[in-house]
Amino acid sequence: MSPSIGSLPPKYRVTVDPDRCMLCGRCVENCAYGAFRREGDRILTNSRVCTACHRCVAFCPRDAIDVVERPLDYRSHPVWTRGVREAIYNQARTGKIVLAGMGNALDYPMIFDRLVLDACQVTNPSIDPLREPMELRTYLGKKPQRLELARRGDGEVELLTELSPNLCLETPIMIGHMSYGAISLNAQLALAKGVTAAGTFMGTGEGGLPEPLRPYQDHMIVQVASGRFGVDIDYLERGAAIEIKIGQGAKPGIGGHLPGEKVDEAVSKTRMIPVGSDAISPAPHHDIYSIEDLAQLVRSLKEATEWKKPVFVKIAAVHNVAAIAAGIARSSADAVVVDGFRGGTGAAPRVFRDHVGIPVEAAVAAVDAKLRRQGIRNEVSVIASGGIRESTDVAKIIALGADAVYIGTAALVALGCRVCGNCYRGLCPWGIATQRQDLVDRIDPEAGGLQVSNLIHGWTLELMELMGAAGINSIESLRGNRDRLRGYMIDQALMDVLDVRSVGA
Amino acid sequence: MDEVVIDAAGMHYTPLNREIRAAVAAGARRIRLENVLGQRFIANGVRGDVEILVHGVPGGDLGMFMSGPRIEVFGNAEHAPGNTMDGGEIVIHGSAGDAVGHSMRGGRIFVEGAIGYRGGIHMKEYEKKRPVLVIGESARAFLGEYMAGGTVLVLARHGGPAVAERGLGSGIHGGEIILRGGIDPVHLGVGASQVALSDDDWARVLALVREYARRFGIDPAPLERREEYTRVVPASARPFAGKYAWE
Amino acid sequence: MCGIIGVIDRSREPMDGTAIRRALSMMNERGSGEGAGYVVYGCYPEFRDYFALHVFFDNIHETKPRVDELLHQWGRVVHDEEIPTWDLPRLRKVHTPWRYFFRPDTRLMPRSTTPAEEIVTELVMRINTSVEGALVFSSGRNLGVFKAAGWPEEVADFYRIEEYEGHCWLAHNRYPTNTPGWWGGAHPFNLLDWSVVHNGEITSYGTNRRYIESFGYRCTMFTDTEVVAYLVDLLVRRHDLPEELAVTALAPPFWDEIDAMEDDRRRLHRALRLTYGSAMMNGPFAIVVANQESMVAFTDRSKLRPLVGAEHGDRLYVSSEEAAIRAMDPGITRVFMPRAGEPIVGRVVA
Repeated sequence: MSPSIGSLPPKYRVTVDPDRCMLCGRCVENCAYGAFRREGDRILTNSRVCTACHRCVAFCPRDAIDVVERPLDYRSHPVWTRGVREAIYNQARTGKIVLAGMGNALDYPMIFDRLVLDACQVTNPSIDPLREPMELRTYLGKKPQRLELARRGDGEVELLTELSPNLCLETPIMIGHMSYGAISLNAQLALAKGVTAAGTFMGTGEGGLPEPLRPYQDHMIVQVASGRFGVDIDYLERGAAIEIKIGQGAKPGIGGHLPGEKVDEAVSKTRMIPVGSDAISPAPHHDIYSIEDLAQLVRSLKEATEWKKPVFVKIAAVHNVAAIAAGIARSSADAVVVDGFRGGTGAAPRVFRDHVGIPVEAAVAAVDAKLRRQGIRNEVSVIASGGIRESTDVAKIIALGADAVYIGTAALVALGCRVCGNCYRGLCPWGIATQRQDLVDRIDPEAGGLQVSNLIHGWTLELMELMGAAGINSIESLRGNRDRLRGYMIDQALMDVLDVRSVGA
Repeated sequence: MDEVVIDAAGMHYTPLNREIRAAVAAGARRIRLENVLGQRFIANGVRGDVEILVHGVPGGDLGMFMSGPRIEVFGNAEHAPGNTMDGGEIVIHGSAGDAVGHSMRGGRIFVEGAIGYRGGIHMKEYEKKRPVLVIGESARAFLGEYMAGGTVLVLARHGGPAVAERGLGSGIHGGEIILRGGIDPVHLGVGASQVALSDDDWARVLALVREYARRFGIDPAPLERREEYTRVVPASARPFAGKYAWE
Repeated sequence: MCGIIGVIDRSREPMDGTAIRRALSMMNERGSGEGAGYVVYGCYPEFRDYFALHVFFDNIHETKPRVDELLHQWGRVVHDEEIPTWDLPRLRKVHTPWRYFFRPDTRLMPRSTTPAEEIVTELVMRINTSVEGALVFSSGRNLGVFKAAGWPEEVADFYRIEEYEGHCWLAHNRYPTNTPGWWGGAHPFNLLDWSVVHNGEITSYGTNRRYIESFGYRCTMFTDTEVVAYLVDLLVRRHDLPEELAVTALAPPFWDEIDAMEDDRRRLHRALRLTYGSAMMNGPFAIVVANQESMVAFTDRSKLRPLVGAEHGDRLYVSSEEAAIRAMDPGITRVFMPRAGEPIVGRVVA
């Protein structure tokens, strides 16, 4: 609030219908932001603190609560949008960088929604996944270029090639890295139970591997990021794979701060930083300033774990992503994660969130093409992340060349997240992006785990149906199969990058 | 098996580390590596109570992720010795490159001479696990940036300033940097502030000074004048909080 | 990206290529087997007055006649031959490397103060942009660049590098990311007397390239390093800056450091930044530049890439790693690390 600017129009208006309200007080209990209070026989609201997280709505037994977005509008103007104006007021008041939660909020065209999938008609039969095998098993890691074989004395062929360690996924859907600290232990536990049940993997993020997660370590990819939080040899050995995080699609080129509000005693212990301090992950790894330094860290991690673990490298999708991925493919890394500019985050500078990076669809297509052109596609798996919302996105990105995907926001939505974008405040009423115990307790890891595995299961079934309709019964045949995609109202330059033809062509 | 000698001449680091691990597993107390030249990752991730003597110039990431062993290098070290080291000790009879003790979590590093840029960056600590980096001569720019814990001590034995470049302790939010001979305040980074040593601080520093002197066989007396030392600590636990506003 | 090494003997004592081949291979962890190269100064004493033009030909029957014709238009070729190579199983000879010993006809550039250099520069730019299938990658007097896609030892053996002798060598082990590993993209990059090897990435390339092209240079090799050779040529040869100041213009002090300087120096540094702002190189780099008389090595302003120097008598070494220098010369007496942006300079005294 500044004396001369005054207050801005509220983001939301919360109202309680007194005719419906039974004064049960659940809204008061559930709102972590203090939007409700009871006075006499009425519930009063403070709309200014509302984040539209819908926790109150979800738990009101009488549907008595209404949340309206932007109840009071600015004079409309196509250039001076509400967002632009509010950022100016904010910076006029503070003189600071504006941070915001969740992913890219600008209205760029969604490439996924301009790609359509194919189906069989007449010339070949669709496959019925109800009665025919449908294989989604996916191996992530280095594959040999060719096999060395020998013929034994008894005439049998013997395989001489030693395969590199690979992760085996029963479905090409994994959950990306969200750290302990950024999200709660119960949220991580729910995700861990979910991926374990679904036969897939999740990332730890850069917050270490708290003890309660260790029973699920065979389904966890441990992350090594620029803050090196929680990284010791024990951690590296526990993970099913190790991922070096170079960048994040939501904020390419910059580091991260876990706000001090979320650094409690337990987080302080896993990260080895003082309680209440901001956990700073610097923009670069300070031992990686060049591609050969990345190769050095990849090999260092492999050397430390005796070459038993696949090492992934995650980069934000940026202009030169294909060439960078080709460099990573030569670094001894086993997979490259390409994180598009729609990726989520607890907090990112608004300008980065909205303006830096490129969409994952174009990035994956370019990476896959470059790796094939250089004859090194088998050197690394390609994992796509950043804005994967449903099973069709998974099918499309695999057809564009990805081996598997990471989902992030979608998995949190499965735990109740309403994408309100206030993760950084540490008060998440859904118990996800918070360390406050009473809020964390709102997630039952068992039930949450089931929701997560349900989501993955549901998408997996849809993926099978989509593949079956296209006459494909194994995920390998969808991977990079751009013939089964068509572009709808995409410009020619982008079509060339995606290597897809237009609808009708 | 007390001492194992490995001739590292022309050897790749993977078989070299395999031999080191095998020797540790077989119960060696001391492993002597002869003719080391440029091999990276020596003793990476190795655990155990063992002494590893490195004769020559090891390559980058010496003792990375290491948890326990004591390494002594008779030569200079390259990029990032003690990177993300968890426990144990590295003693370098010579100088070292950039990013020495990067993200160190525990254990101690003693460098007889000077180190390069970004030493001790992002060191951490939790309770009793407090990493220590002692540098005999000087350190270059960006020393102790983002430090969240531990102690960096620079003794300036060469006669010049301990640090004469920018970014000392930028973003420090835990731990301490102790310099003999003080520092020009223009070189202090964002969020770093200079304070005098308390009696406790001095006791800690003096013990490290004497430890350093013992390691390298020098007389500690010229380094034992308390008034020569200054201590750089975090001005706040949230050095960059003033840079951001929420939407 | 990569590993670099350089040596200069200040008394012009020649060294053959054996040691630098060994040293460069020491740094194979820094490369990816897609590019390596060497430059040696003083290797063609019998043709010391002629420009040695090294050219990659895709096809000597089709493209070489066009280069021959251009050279004959602009001067005289006293000798030319295929650069001798060994066949190696793992190095595919995708180009035929050729060398010409060429003397430009200076009457054809009457208004220039350095007509021979102008003609050669013009020829290099013209061939590289307009003769498809030909690439001039070395154009100085009494020096030669030898490079290809491959590991250092393969490239060295291919060119029989151990048979050359010279008083100054630079070598490079490449790990490409921005451009694929092709022969022209390997380092060193050379123009006239200047050769450059580079570890890192120049984030200001788009600015530097447009700047240098406004002086008539043309960037043809799809890599950021090329621009360094031209910038040095511009600053030192054409603008007469002393080498140290040229390095300052390319990697200048930060403004707060300039503000703290005493008056004369502050004026000089301010003028350098104002004048050569578009020549300033940003991003992480360690670069070694050489000519017949000197070798200069420097890093970016924050020293984001490693650089080590060492001495042994008249020999000055620079490299990404001390171990590589020791592999070349175990008898080195002084090992040191330069400060960010500060050059290590070695000059011949004889």
